[in-house]
Amino acid sequence: MALRGAIVVDTEKCKGCSVCVVNCPTNTIALSKEVNSKGYNYAYMASPENCTGCTNCATVCPDTCITVYRVKV
Amino acid sequence: MHTTMDIKDIIKPENKVYSKTPVLLDNVMHYCPGCSHGTAHKLVAEVIEEMGIQENTIGVSPVGCSVFAYNYVDIDWQQAAHGRAPALATATKRLYPDKYVFTYQGDGDLASIGTAEIMHACNRGENIVVIFINNAIYGMTGGQMAPTTLMGMKTATSPYGRREDLHGKPLRITDLISQLEGTCYVTRQSVQNAAGARKTKRAIRKGFENSAKKKGTSFIEIVSSCNSGWKMSPVKANEWMVENMFPSYPLGDLKDI
Repeated sequence: MALRGAIVVDTEKCKGCSVCVVNCPTNTIALSKEVNSKGYNYAYMASPENCTGCTNCATVCPDTCITVYRVKV
Repeated sequence: MHTTMDIKDIIKPENKVYSKTPVLLDNVMHYCPGCSHGTAHKLVAEVIEEMGIQENTIGVSPVGCSVFAYNYVDIDWQQAAHGRAPALATATKRLYPDKYVFTYQGDGDLASIGTAEIMHACNRGENIVVIFINNAIYGMTGGQMAPTTLMGMKTATSPYGRREDLHGKPLRITDLISQLEGTCYVTRQSVQNAAGARKTKRAIRKGFENSAKKKGTSFIEIVSSCNSGWKMSPVKANEWMVENMFPSYPLGDLKDI
């Protein structure tokens, strides 16, 4: 059994602080080259196939802009 | 193509394992990117949701960056004069003994101008929870030196670094508070990584449970970063905190009775 996960980032709320990026144990997240309306490079799943839905990113996100989904496959 | 299909299958309501607690309002926080305050607010809100005490919790916000905590956590709030949150919390708890009352204070508020209030509230053993954000600086007013500023640390008011002969040594106020007989639980935690945030959440919950049991004051220090005040990137500030703050402010329980 393996875990597959995915995150959804509220890109307008994200301030691009990178705290989720360094806390992701599977290197799933990176900052986008695109910016939101405030000019922040928001977080996104750069390697979605790596995500296990561990919720570490959402737990440390200071702006609580990450929602996490997980399935057992 | 296979991956795209997968993501759609994963992102379904029944697979949701983490989302924003409804106790946290939708307002965008005014804090700088990566600020520890946001994480600390979220953990408080999650504990309130898990314990089902949203209608029975009263927070007291300080003077400092977190003065606006009432814009983010959907409970009843008061806002105290600088450093006086423990005095307001004392009055609130005595008038409403069945409510959960907590203060949320920074190091400039709690460890400097509010030293008298926090010492006496903790010594009296008021059944409140104190959440103490220690980032070793006055964040809101532009990064001045605080009593908790580390030796040699450069701030707006100690541009050549904190010096013992001029400024004295950093104040470990949590250690002092653990000596007071009114406190039942004194701990020092951090929120820069997931393990730390989860531990901090358990500590906050324990604090609220202690007040229900009328055990005395619970004091939770959260060693935090102020990346704007420290003039670093958020990630760099967290690394600097682990390297430099933790030796002076070691994590763990100082008291648990």
